[in-house]
Amino acid sequence: MKALVSVKRVIDYNVRIQVKPDGSGVVVDGVKHSVNPFDEIAMEEAVRLKEKGKLTEIIAVTVGGAKCEETLRTALAFGADRAVHVKVDEEIQPLTAAQALAAVFKKEGAELFFLGKQAIDDDAAQTGQMVAALLDLPQATFASKVEIDGGKATVTREVDAGLETLEFDLPGIITTDLRLNEPRYLKLPDIMKAKKKPIEVVGLGDLGVTAAAGLKSVKTANPPKRSKGVMVKTVDELVTALKAKGLI
Amino acid sequence: MSVERDVMEYDVVIVGAGPAGLSAACRLKQQAAAAGGEISVCVVEKGSEVGAHILSGAVFEPRALTELFPNWKELGAPLETPVVRDDIYLFRSETAAVKLPGLFVPKPMHNEGNYIISLGKLVRWLGTQAEGLGVDIIPEFAAQDVIIEGGVVRGITIGDKGVDRHGEQTDNFAPGPEIRAKYTFFAEGCRGHIGKRLLKEFQLDKDADPQHYGIGIKELWKVDPSKHQPGLVVHGAGWPLGMGAEATGGSFLYHLEDNQVVVGLIVDLSYSNPYLSPFDEFQRFKHHPKIAEHLEGGTRLSYGARAIAKGGFNSLPKMTFPGGVLVGCDLGTMNFSKIKGSHTAMKSGMLAAEAAAKVLLAGAEGGDDLTGYTADFKASWLHDELYRSRNFGPAIHKFGILMGGAFNWVDQNLFGGKIPVTLHDTTPDHATLKPASQSAKPAYRKPDGKLSFDKLSSVFLSSTNHEEEQPVHLKLADASIPIGRNLPMYDEPAQRYCPAGVYEVIGEGSDKRFQINAQNCVHCKTCDIKDPAQNITWIAPEGSGGPNYATM
Repeated sequence: MKALVSVKRVIDYNVRIQVKPDGSGVVVDGVKHSVNPFDEIAMEEAVRLKEKGKLTEIIAVTVGGAKCEETLRTALAFGADRAVHVKVDEEIQPLTAAQALAAVFKKEGAELFFLGKQAIDDDAAQTGQMVAALLDLPQATFASKVEIDGGKATVTREVDAGLETLEFDLPGIITTDLRLNEPRYLKLPDIMKAKKKPIEVVGLGDLGVTAAAGLKSVKTANPPKRSKGVMVKTVDELVTALKAKGLI
Repeated sequence: MSVERDVMEYDVVIVGAGPAGLSAACRLKQQAAAAGGEISVCVVEKGSEVGAHILSGAVFEPRALTELFPNWKELGAPLETPVVRDDIYLFRSETAAVKLPGLFVPKPMHNEGNYIISLGKLVRWLGTQAEGLGVDIIPEFAAQDVIIEGGVVRGITIGDKGVDRHGEQTDNFAPGPEIRAKYTFFAEGCRGHIGKRLLKEFQLDKDADPQHYGIGIKELWKVDPSKHQPGLVVHGAGWPLGMGAEATGGSFLYHLEDNQVVVGLIVDLSYSNPYLSPFDEFQRFKHHPKIAEHLEGGTRLSYGARAIAKGGFNSLPKMTFPGGVLVGCDLGTMNFSKIKGSHTAMKSGMLAAEAAAKVLLAGAEGGDDLTGYTADFKASWLHDELYRSRNFGPAIHKFGILMGGAFNWVDQNLFGGKIPVTLHDTTPDHATLKPASQSAKPAYRKPDGKLSFDKLSSVFLSSTNHEEEQPVHLKLADASIPIGRNLPMYDEPAQRYCPAGVYEVIGEGSDKRFQINAQNCVHCKTCDIKDPAQNITWIAPEGSGGPNYATM
């Protein structure tokens, strides 16, 4: 059974994000990028399933510019057998990305699609769901436990009230949450081997996907600065101050 | 506890992807290609990516780069802002400053033909060139120790990952691999932790003066476009450190491209007052009207700190040992009179690479002293440059910036650095502190949040991170010394010399204890250098830990 795992290149979680002075976005040049942490969890889960003999092949996929090759190399070092790079140089819409991923899933004839539950750059948590809808396949999102047996996936997900367990027949989509696993440290020989593993580069056109206009980002801005606190000496003073601000 | 380690083999393994290490890597590949041969080269880097731990001024002299890549302009090297003006100030007090006429400035401090750069950007570019030449660069892998077998260096061991804070293996334990090589180049930068061990193991520094250090603290600012003067270089001496020999150092402020200004202060670690705080000196320095006028209304983008090795010529240890070499600041090639170490580090790496390539291409098995490196170094411009500036640091240490500066003017401008006398400074920096009882506490003002800031908000801007569950990487040989000896004697200076707030004395009276916040560590190495008891040893934390500098 083949599994597809999507990995997205995002600004590293340690980096302090800076908004561009013109408000057109955030500074990405010269900034460290890495694999979206939730996608690493997705990758790790696939590798563990392959190690248990549940999967025969893992294919990593990404959508983005030339630098995304690094992201795929990391996935290959984790244990993906090969990778597909949907190369798009300009910024693309979330729906277009989902269409591209769905097309790769179909083309590869995969039965299981792992995605991180969300990417830490836009935090939208939508790609897995859109892919499932586009492919008309079952989905289990925010997985904290995954079991694959007899053509079925049993997925435990964290919900507000506790844990919910879903079961569906493969093929299907699983998005991975933080507590599913702890991704392994990459081994040096695996990093070296990953440099030689094959990456197939395709364009949107090859997948029959057209980039469409959809969302327009209007403005990016820093959150407003917290104004300095004021020390008051008495309760009366506090009440007066609150009244003056119209808060009570 | 024995663990099974992966073993990888290369002709040359280089520790540290900085200017020295990457220049060496490129040169090895260039030499191999020119001879139609093959040399396998691997560079390991403890930072999360190439450049993540790089911090420098930096005014850059392109001499070595031009030798390495004569066509660096076409290759897109990030040298964007030529120096157009060079101002030197003597800061006399917190409000007064005198601009020195060019005539009175020691010659090495002139900067025609140099560029104001981000060294972080330059090494990222060098990394790309090296990879293009076929070098394996491996970030996130911290060299933890050297493999010495029968007195011969055979490579390095990478630190283990997935070890908890008590030193126990977790479920995610990953033993660090061994990387073995015919020759190992140590390019860790100033006070490399393996370099320190090698100096001792092979007694490399037995004929040299003690190495001397400074701590450089730097911030990157985005300034008001109306105040931006790309290409302006401002150097300063004097206030806040004073004019005498008790505390010396110098300041810098450079205008880069894109409305960016860097500002920094280097405090020589030979200072004597244990109450001195390099961080607070730097913060108050920015309030000087001559500095504040550049920064006011701007935003601070980044912060960082790094020790520099400034002993120069007199402190140079033996450069080779069986199976390996020291290059760059691990060796101590910075030219203190120019306050520049990047071009010299690059050149030392290139010289070592040329010597190694020569013997490897002739079929050498390695494991011996690369004596060709020492010989080529002695015949190079690098040696000449370091020789001419050998008195610069000692003169300042001995006589302070006024009289020492005068000596340097005579030596550099009249004798071209060849004055027939050599000054030595033989007191190591950890031995210069006076007892707290004989020292006055400087009055540092609270930061205003506009020009000056506190330590924690500063460290935040260095994007420093360490995997939380790991052993503390700052080792105390004797855990009782900080409270038992350093505190009564020197008011435990670690609280102040650390620019990242790693060391704290907390509690009251007999409950006082020494706390190490290792997660904050920006890898500057100052504690390893300045602790009066030489009780703190910096070792590499888990790979990828430390600061994440973008363009420092």
